[in-house]
Parts: sequence; C-alpha cells; structure tokens
Amino acid sequence: MNATIWSLSAIVAVAAVTFLLGYVGSRKANTTPDFLVARRAIPATRNAAAISGEYLSAASFLGVAGLVLKDGVDALWYPIGFTAGYLALLLFVAAPLRRSGAYTLPDFAEARLGSANLRHFCTFFVVCIGVLYLVPQLQSAGLTLTTITGLPAWFGGLVVTVIVVVNVLGGGMRAITLVQAFQYWGKLFAIAAPTFVLFVVFLASPDRGTQPLGDDGVIRFPEAEKITVAEQVVKVRVDEPLRLKVSGQIDGRNADGSVYWSRGVYELSPGTTLEFTAGSPVPVVEGSPTTNRDWSRPQTGGISELIRTYSLIFATFLGTMGLPHVLVRFYTNPDGKAARRTALHVLYLLGLFYIFPTVLGVLSKLYLPQLLVNGKTDAAVLMLPETMLPNLGGQIVGAIVAAGAFAAFLSTSSGLVVSVAGVVSTDIMPGKVRDFRWATVFTGLVAIGLALLLPRSDASLTVAMSFALAASTFCPLLVLGIWWRGLTWVGAVCGLVVGGGLVISAQAVSVVSSYTGRWAPAFITQPALITVPVAFIVMIVVSKATRRRVPADVSQILLRLHAPDPLGFIQDRSIARFGTAEEKARLADDKRRGAGRTR
Amino acid sequence: MSRHDAGKPEPPAREAWLGEQGGRPRRRRVVLADSTKKSGKALRTIIELEEQTSVGEKLVRDLIRQQLKSAFGLAFAVLIGMCLLPITFYLVPSIGDLTILGIPIPWLVLGLAPFPILYGVGWVFRRQAERHERDFVNMVDR
Repeated sequence: MNATIWSLSAIVAVAAVTFLLGYVGSRKANTTPDFLVARRAIPATRNAAAISGEYLSAASFLGVAGLVLKDGVDALWYPIGFTAGYLALLLFVAAPLRRSGAYTLPDFAEARLGSANLRHFCTFFVVCIGVLYLVPQLQSAGLTLTTITGLPAWFGGLVVTVIVVVNVLGGGMRAITLVQAFQYWGKLFAIAAPTFVLFVVFLASPDRGTQPLGDDGVIRFPEAEKITVAEQVVKVRVDEPLRLKVSGQIDGRNADGSVYWSRGVYELSPGTTLEFTAGSPVPVVEGSPTTNRDWSRPQTGGISELIRTYSLIFATFLGTMGLPHVLVRFYTNPDGKAARRTALHVLYLLGLFYIFPTVLGVLSKLYLPQLLVNGKTDAAVLMLPETMLPNLGGQIVGAIVAAGAFAAFLSTSSGLVVSVAGVVSTDIMPGKVRDFRWATVFTGLVAIGLALLLPRSDASLTVAMSFALAASTFCPLLVLGIWWRGLTWVGAVCGLVVGGGLVISAQAVSVVSSYTGRWAPAFITQPALITVPVAFIVMIVVSKATRRRVPADVSQILLRLHAPDPLGFIQDRSIARFGTAEEKARLADDKRRGAGRTR
Repeated sequence: MSRHDAGKPEPPAREAWLGEQGGRPRRRRVVLADSTKKSGKALRTIIELEEQTSVGEKLVRDLIRQQLKSAFGLAFAVLIGMCLLPITFYLVPSIGDLTILGIPIPWLVLGLAPFPILYGVGWVFRRQAERHERDFVNMVDR
C-alpha cells in the first residue's frame, strides 16, 4: 500500500508541475498564431527538448523495454529507427518546411500545390494518424495506473485526457512547449536514475535465483510463480515439457489441478490461473523466442523475421518525417536554420535516452519472465523496481518510474491534441481561437471514446502502424514537394490515397488474422516495405501524366523553401491569414473605445 | 456562403504569400551590354531571385541540387549501413557468439553504436548545408 501512496504522490506532482508550466506558458497566448505555432519564437534547444519530450511516448518509455524483454536483441531496431527518423527529417524536410511559412501540414500542401482538394485529403490523414497515435497513449495510461494503484483501466485514460485538454485550452502550442521541454528532462531522469540503481542492485546480487546470462537453454522461472490471464485469450508456446497447476480453461476445455504440458502451443482463456514451480520452463507468448539462445542472438526468426526487420527500418526511418505532431513543432522555430539545428539536437537527446530502456529490458528478462506468459510486457518497467528491491528503496524508485511514464502520456498526448485540434480548427472551422478550443474538446472526447471502445494491443505495435501510415502518405508528399518541381496536386492526392489505403487495409487484414490464427504474412503485418515505394511511384507517375497541372508559380515556391534565411524570403502564412498579435490588440482596443463612445 | 467556405484561405492570400509576381508571366533578362555598376548589383540579384528570371531560377536550381546531393549521399550511406546489418546477422549467425567485456557484439552494435553515428551524420549535414547557404548568400550580395 505504501508503494501506491509514493507513486500516486509522484504522479500528482507531475500533474501539478504540468498545470503550473502550462499556466506560465499560456498567460500571453491570445491569437491564433499563438495557439498554432507559439508565435514562431521557440529557440532551437528548447524546441528540441520539447520535440523529444513529445516524441518519447509510452511506446518508448514502457514499450521498448517490454519489446526487449519479449523479442530480445531484434527489438533494438525500434529505438534505432525512432532516432534515425530524425536524421531523415533533418536531411530532407526540416529547414524547407519551416521556410514555407505554413502553420499545419495541410496548409503546407496547399501552399506548395495550390489545391484545396489536396488540403482536405491531408486533413483526413492528419486526423487519422493523430487518433491512431493518441488512442494507445490513453490506453497505456489506463494500464499504468492499474498496475500501480489498482484503479480501473478507464480512469487513467480519463485523467490524462482531462489534464491535457485543460492545458491546451489555456494556451495551445504556447502552453505545451514549456511543459514538453520540462517533461523530456523529467523522463530522462525517471529512466536513468532507476536504471543506475537497479543495475547496481543487479551487480551486487548477480545470482539471486535468476538464470545466468550465458545459459543457452529455455527461459526458466527464477522462483515459484502464480499467473492469472487477463482480458484477452493468450496463445503460449512450450518448448520443453513441464508440469504445472492450472484452474480455468486450456484450449477451450476446462482444466483443474496438476497437468503435464508437452511441446506445442496452448490457448489460455481469460481468467485462467497457472501455478509454476521455481526453475520450471516459461511458456512464452506465441511469436517470441522461447530459449535464451534465440533471445540473445539477432535474426533467429528466419526469413519472415528478416522482412519484418527491414519493413520496420523503412517505416521508422521515413515515418517520423510524416508525423503531424512532430512536424508542427518545427513550425515554431524562428527560421529554417534554427529548424535544422533543432533536428540535430533532437538526435542527441534521443540517443541519450534510448540507452536506458534497453538495459531495463535485459534486467526484466532476468527478474520478470512471468510477463512473457501473458504478453503484458509493457508493464515490465513499472514492476521491475519492486521486484528487484522489495523495500522502501524499491518503492521510491518505482514511484519515479511511474511519474516518468505518466509524463510520457501527458507530453505525447498534448502534442497530438494540439496538432489535431490545429488542423480541425483551421480546415473545418474558421480558425479563430474559440474554434481551436472547441476542436480541442472535440478531439479529447473522440480519443477517450475510442480508447475505451477498442481492444488494447502493444503500444509499440500500434505506434509502428501509425509510422507506416505516415511513411506511406506524408513522407512522399513532403520529399517530392520540397525537392521535385514536377509534383502536381493530382499526383499527390493519388499517392496519398493509394499509400494510405494500402496501409489501412493491411491493418484491417492483420487485425482479422490476429483473431483467427495469425496467418497474415510479415509484409501485411509490417507493410511499409511495400507501401512506401508504391506511394512514391504513384505520385511520380501520376504527376508526370498530369504535367499541365504543375503550378505556374512553382519556381517562386521552391525559392521560398530553399533560399537561405538572411535573404528574407520567409513569409508567415498564419499571420497572412489570422493577423498579428499587435493587430489583434489594436482591434480589441478600438472595440473598447467604440463601446465607450456609444455609452 | 456556408460556414465551411470560411475555412479556406482566399486566393488573394496565396498571392500575398507569393509576392506580387505570383500570377504574372516570367520576365526574362536580356543582356545587351554589361553596364552594371558595383553598387547596384546586390539589389539586382535579389530582384532577379524574387522575380525568378532565367538567371534567378538557375541560381535556385543549383542551390537545390547541391543540398539534395548532400542529403541523398548521407541518407543513402546510413540506409545501406542499417540494411546490411540484419542480413549479415542472418547469414553469419556466429557473430552472435562473439563478446566484448561479456556483452555480445550484436547488443553493442544495435544498442549503443547507432546513436553517436546518427548524430555525427546529422552534424556533417548541418555543416554542409549551412556552408552551401553561406556561399549562396555571399554570391548574391557580393
């Protein structure tokens, strides 16, 4: 119970600091450019911290360690890809995107290709990606709060939604910049400090019943363990025969008492309880390595594993530059050079962070193999401190981790809500500050509704899907739009529809297959390897076929995108459309004076 | 006019963003005799850029080509490097048995090494890109 109090107070502290910083940041926010792009006055290093804070979501904070626990060394491709994506963004997108002077991704598309139709398509995909990314954040928030405190799962998601929406209502982008920058450093501390402490504990007591790292055989339980299968049906693979006690349903038949499992796959119904003795082999959730040898060696899953790895590299390398909530942060830099420096600084901040989840993943493999049975590996980071240090120290370390995880949900969700609300308010509504606030509330409601309705899956996997979607839609649009004169709006729309449509149908197929026996091949569950080139080719071919529609002013536009900042070609589209802060103040002043006169 | 129409930026907004030259046919510069004086040259080049005469367009095309060459070269190198790793691990599984200080090499190669390399590549690109831009600015207001 003590542990719960520690963790809860840490979480409340994070929430309080979030509110405070949001309040400080939003005191002077009153115009649309304030809410959309924070008046484009964020210095490069602070913006980089804010981007990293926003980007290190639940998938990074909890998911990476969980995937290392489950899949071993091959899971390290996730952090590599998540970081390398910023390199691609720096190389191809950062500076020209900022110089376009746009304020949202659809606005950039319209500025470049001059088509309102294209703008609407982009709006649709921005909302899709935003929601696809937001839902797992809220669901993981529920999981985290349940793991820590035992509160019901819907409560965590609701708390995060309310905090984020209230903060964003106050000041939009201005409110969340400081919050996200602070939360990056908070998260770095919350993962680095526990890693150091737990690693020292590990060095001080290397055996404590755990399996030696050099053992090549099947993964075994360090001590006797009792496991209850939660909401969903789980399939586990057994590689070495074992004896255990069960009560519940196995393979759809009732089972009670002591049973003997030979090699094979078993299906466990929700509510089934399993009791293992110390040293018995761990049945591992289907699709993950069952032996220490396969876990610690790369590429042991055969050719389909290889394809999945390549697809993952593709999706993350090219997908980051298509994520609307990341791009919108680059619009807040003062100029193109600052945008480039921001991207470079992000590479440094992310590299610093991603070393720690890997270490935690390896440690949790030694101490928490029971998570492999029901596949709930996202909880590993949260459970590890108290498992390794069952005393006050462990409780405090656990509280720090919990606070970090909570910060991860808050910062990522606020970035997503701002970017979706910005697009909805400027493209579907007239784009006044009031519209932005309504759009924020609306986005929050839709997201929490979906989070409660949809079934949960691993945070990293859903996030990987939204990367694939971004890589197959906005990545070709941005890269071709910035570097190729021949792009037309017809080509862009066709590319978006084909790329996005392929990814969405692949997602649908893989959901069906996950319910009916996992028959989908790797290129459907990780479709980027095929869909990204297809989207590029469609855009190029259709643009060539509709060459008449190349905008007449394409030279001027490319000049704006690429001319160095000192030449002064940047023009701010948000000010062109919504007016400057000074103008706004003058108008309000006139109104007041006008009202005085009539009185 | 419905509510939704109000959301679209009007065509004049686009022209304002592009400057006055947006819609007009492009002006071509015809040089009969080079009578430019030193003082007027900086301004003139900027005007040529703004109006995207044939000279101005050539300058921008060259800049874009330079930047794209840097970006493509580095991206290609990184992507090839990353893509070679899984196939190497797949074809030569014995790499997994080698260790440095008790840590298997694949864990070091995937868990630690990529981050400094990615930052280094980014740093090189930033330097190159900023140099290209400096050269461009120097050329324009020479």
